[in-house]
Amino acid sequence: MSFAIDYQNIFTRVQVRGPDDTGPPIETDLYSRGKTIKHNYWLGKIGDAQIGPIYLGWFGSASLLCGIIAFEIIGLNMWASVNWDPIQFVRQLFWLALEPPAPKYGLSFPPLAEGGWWLLAGFFMTLSLILWWVRTYRRARALGMGTHVAWAFAAAIWLMLVLGFFRPLLMGSWSEGVPFGIFPHLDWTAAFSIRYGNLFYNPFHALSIAFLYGSALLFAMHGGTILAVSRYGGEREIEQIVDRGTASERAALFWRWTMGFNATMESIHRWAWWFAVLTPLTGGIGILLTGTVVDNWYLWAVKHDFAPVYPTPYTPAVDPLTLPGATR
Amino acid sequence: MRSASTCLTALVLGSALFLAGCERPPPAADQIGYRGTSMGSVTNPRTLEMREAANQPPEAQPAADPTGPRASTIYQNVKVLGDLSEGEFIRLMASMTEWLAPPDQSCAYCHNVENMADESKYQFRVARQMLIMTRSLNTDWKSHVGETGVTCYTCHRGNPQPQATFKLDPGPRGAGGFTASRQGQNFAARAVGSTSLPNDPFTQLLSYAGEIRVNTPTALAAGNPRTIQDAELTYSLMIHMSEGLGVNCTFCHNSQNFGAWNGPPQRATAFHGIRMVRDINTRHVQPLAAILPPERLGPEGDNAKVFCTTCHQAQPKPMGGAPMLRDYPELGAPRPAP
Repeated sequence: MSFAIDYQNIFTRVQVRGPDDTGPPIETDLYSRGKTIKHNYWLGKIGDAQIGPIYLGWFGSASLLCGIIAFEIIGLNMWASVNWDPIQFVRQLFWLALEPPAPKYGLSFPPLAEGGWWLLAGFFMTLSLILWWVRTYRRARALGMGTHVAWAFAAAIWLMLVLGFFRPLLMGSWSEGVPFGIFPHLDWTAAFSIRYGNLFYNPFHALSIAFLYGSALLFAMHGGTILAVSRYGGEREIEQIVDRGTASERAALFWRWTMGFNATMESIHRWAWWFAVLTPLTGGIGILLTGTVVDNWYLWAVKHDFAPVYPTPYTPAVDPLTLPGATR
Repeated sequence: MRSASTCLTALVLGSALFLAGCERPPPAADQIGYRGTSMGSVTNPRTLEMREAANQPPEAQPAADPTGPRASTIYQNVKVLGDLSEGEFIRLMASMTEWLAPPDQSCAYCHNVENMADESKYQFRVARQMLIMTRSLNTDWKSHVGETGVTCYTCHRGNPQPQATFKLDPGPRGAGGFTASRQGQNFAARAVGSTSLPNDPFTQLLSYAGEIRVNTPTALAAGNPRTIQDAELTYSLMIHMSEGLGVNCTFCHNSQNFGAWNGPPQRATAFHGIRMVRDINTRHVQPLAAILPPERLGPEGDNAKVFCTTCHQAQPKPMGGAPMLRDYPELGAPRPAP
């Protein structure tokens, strides 16, 4: 039995190599493009084989610089925490972290060793991301594009700022921020959920998960559909928004057959964009409300009929701490 | 053909690497709560069997004649076990030798064999305090040890010093100076399940009566001062309990609201266990640091203290709940002579 493997390959099957593509002319073209263009066969397997032209500019350069500073502050402090031992640095890398200040420091600037570096790293990381955001906005404008990518990126920056800046500000302590580290930030997440009575009962967390999983589902549906009709030119989806071809018609009918309704070549991208953007947007709202307004999400959920009081086979016990003569 | 075999090799090697950290089957999950609430007890029969085999209680010595004159009237300087008959006293001394003394030293590990009543060996004085402790555990802490009780063997397991204990542990040294401190966490500490959580939750929570609870009992924020760092410390202790008892969270807690008391009854037992361990450490173990030789002390000058693993050794009940006290009533409350 043979089945067509052409369109189920994870790598791009066709690489078209033409003259260097310098892109369209733009109004404020201050520098000549095309000097830095290179080609890479392996990159062509997963995308366009052409590398460049790259536009760095002042914002990009400043962003990179701030990003490197943040990266170095975090990395060097991690390395110092294993006393500059290169082997231990690699061995323990996933466990190492740069921790926020202790609660006693509140919103003051603590000594460098006691969380000062965390504040500095957070400052430079934030600056780097905002500068990079300006760059995505300005480059899109320069090309006469919409700024959809910039605003989607802003949604992610919003969640990051809620976790590391807005919420600690509202709670009155930098100690509420997230450590920089692989396992430590995961442990922080679990401890955060434990402290605030189970984040799974935070409706905004639930929304965020729905949008996250929904994004993955839409991504798979859309990617699958377009690849499936690419033999009819389906990958030229933008043209087919206004000039519907047989690929578009087959794809649409496929979804009407299977679920009675289909997105259009345009609307599917709005679906995808909004699902992606709403993931960190709703998540950020949920984090911002935690500890500032709601302190125990399970009890909140029960109070508002968002969760039931689950039946239990056990006889509810009396908290031993409330019994006479209890030791704390 | 060649690329197919390359793919296959890569797949096999890749999955081997990917699965290397996993537990070998067969894991089993028993439902222990309402459907759909993730209330399950996760075990692995193979591991359970292994632990059971590794945690067998020693055979009890034949029971002794409880009648006759009391040990306090026969021997000198018997301060704790004076209410035993001579036979019971000798039997317990022989069992203690079997339970914890190095075989080449036997009685001489604690006693000056020239004069058995001599208190000069520190082991003698430690053993006396430990006997006071054991009797206290079997009488005052029935809320945790029940009628099963404990003997020296519950912790010692044939060793002069119990093997699973904790000492103050500042963790590996960092570079210091103005570089960021680890704040007592972020390395794979075995005692807390190789997580990056605080590596020593024990000093604050088991040597001192530090606050463990972090939840707010009301839906809305009402001034609960507990921080995320507090939650991490508690979480770290809970991981230790989970590892130390070989159980998952729902052994004690319900799955949706850890602070609620409507889950498995084991939580109350654990509550008293935590208080019991604090009592052991503050009243019986820590004061001994003053009489111990330097080699018994940790880098911070403190002696080894007790936590959950000391007795439990990865079993929900130490030695599978073997009723040691039944065979050694001498270690329970002092009984009137028959």
